[in-house]
Amino acid sequence: MEQPMILEVADLRVGYGKVEALHHVSLKVRAGEIVTVIGPNGAGKTTLLSAIMGLLPRRSGSVTFLGSAPGEIEVERMVAMGMTLVPEKRELFGEMSVEDNLLLGAFMRRRLGHRDDAATMAEVYGIFPRLKERREQLAGTLSGGERQMLAVGRALMAKPKLLMLDEPSLGLAPLIVREIFHVLGRLRKTGVAILLVEQNARAALQVADYGYVLETGEIALAGSSAELRDNPRVVESYLGFGGKH
Amino acid sequence: MDLQIALLLGQDGIVNGAIYALLALALVLVFAVTRVIFIPQGEFVAFGALTLASFQAGKVPGTLWLLVGMGVAIAAIEIGIALRNGTLRRLTSALGWNLAYPAVAAAVVLLGQPGSWSLALQVVLALALVVPLGPMVYRLAYQPLQSASVLVLLIVSVAVHLTLVGLGLLFFGAEGSRTPAFSDASFDWGGVMVTGQTLWVVGASAALIVVLYLFFERSLWGKALRATAINRTGARLMGISTTQAGKLSFVLAAAIGALSGILIAPITTVYYDTGFIIGLKGFVGAIVGGMASYPIAAAGAILVGLLESFSSFWASAFKEVIVFTLIIPVLIWRSLTTRHVEEEE
Ligand SMILES: Nc1ncnc2c1ncn2[C@@H]1O[C@H](COP(=O)(O)OP(=O)(O)OP(=O)(O)O)[C@@H](O)[C@H]1O
Ligand SMILES: [Mg+2]
Repeated sequence: MEQPMILEVADLRVGYGKVEALHHVSLKVRAGEIVTVIGPNGAGKTTLLSAIMGLLPRRSGSVTFLGSAPGEIEVERMVAMGMTLVPEKRELFGEMSVEDNLLLGAFMRRRLGHRDDAATMAEVYGIFPRLKERREQLAGTLSGGERQMLAVGRALMAKPKLLMLDEPSLGLAPLIVREIFHVLGRLRKTGVAILLVEQNARAALQVADYGYVLETGEIALAGSSAELRDNPRVVESYLGFGGKH
Repeated sequence: MDLQIALLLGQDGIVNGAIYALLALALVLVFAVTRVIFIPQGEFVAFGALTLASFQAGKVPGTLWLLVGMGVAIAAIEIGIALRNGTLRRLTSALGWNLAYPAVAAAVVLLGQPGSWSLALQVVLALALVVPLGPMVYRLAYQPLQSASVLVLLIVSVAVHLTLVGLGLLFFGAEGSRTPAFSDASFDWGGVMVTGQTLWVVGASAALIVVLYLFFERSLWGKALRATAINRTGARLMGISTTQAGKLSFVLAAAIGALSGILIAPITTVYYDTGFIIGLKGFVGAIVGGMASYPIAAAGAILVGLLESFSSFWASAFKEVIVFTLIIPVLIWRSLTTRHVEEEE
């Protein structure tokens, strides 16, 4: 049975000043699906996620989230509807404790009248016990890996319907990368849709159902993860010499 | 100088310092959340005091008309925006606050004869008129410039300050006013007379500081304001609207300002432009705290109060000079001891 559509991006164009960073990008994410976007540095992956979230204005095209396509995308409204982004720069609240960072992850849910943040926090601590040990510590003093965990944990506090992650594996030890991707796999089973931007194409294509290859602001290739893994171009450019493993 | 005089001056210094501390906290808060250097902070002090004085004189304060006027202007803007974008959903709350609320306030002031009310109720009514002016000023002057540089926002602040001082003169005239003390009690503590109003000022300031502390440490919105101050993008990604956070910080700043004015009105004569100097002294305190640290800003402001009162004894003609000259060594000290922080975005 087809899962319901969560996100549909059609013909999206985004630019900075005179330069256009995304030209006519289209993609779809369904409930319970992990979709990955891979591509080289500067391809426009971060730009894509920022525009979907409303952090950047669009030039044209549409972003349909849960069936509604707002004329002007506002970040706060997207958050309220259930979209969450783990941004590339993480944007943690450095001078606040780990626990306060997590609590603020549930800010919108609290405002909308949900009072389940304590239970969600317990779940997040279950996923990342390290965060629980460090709950009183200031976020700015965490190690790089702990900071990534906090960024993902904070996003989970919002109980998103669509979770977007911008290179969650950046600078992490392989073991923790596996742990985070394992978490994504579990989340998918609960019906969350996931849009995953990754440099680590191998890991991304392992966990994802579907993938897009973004090159210089355009979708160069799209297909199921299995198809992409076997595509010679993908193997050569993104999976490197060890692609056959 | 004997001990008697020193204690008296110290008491004076602490009373004024407590007020400066409140204003310093408000300045730090507004700057951290919105990057606005809120020069008009002092006008809220004067408006608070003079609105209360108007009630006591049985007059209708001009701040009522300012509330009504700004409300109408904002309502017109919001209606225009809603019509252009076809988004009518948010209009109800905007119209409620900007048209209905001022209308109710006008009805109460014009028909309720607040001149005959008790002092406590008059204080509440004065706050009800003056505090909403804070978020209204934010909506009209600063919100459209949310992403402007600190310098542009500072220039806007100067303009808002001059406008409000001018309106203050228009509303309240050039004469100063004093209001009766909250309490007539006075105590003899080891030979030093401490008046009830002194205790009111110090007690209310301390209580307000504790309330603010709890707000920032415990409440969700307090944490949201801190989050916005630390990382605006991060806060937006949590669904904390920069505009809402800005508005809330202006509500708090206006409330602190108006309350400060109401507290000092029985001690000093307040003129339409008195707030500026008082605000500037709070500003010196805020600068001591680097516009970032609440406790250091408060301590700096109390220091300003003490310095002012002692210098008024030794060299009263130079008292303002001495206080404002304090900024220079403080800035030198700060620039030597703190790392240079790049301005964000
Ligand atoms: N604020 C900006 N102003 C101007 N150009 C920008 C800005 N941000 C990004 N760009 C440009 O837009 C293009 C796409 O950038 P983007 O950050 O989306 O790439 P990316 O795919 O996320 O790269 P990476 O893998 O290195 O994170 C790049 O050429 C970049 O230089
Ligand atoms: Mg990127």
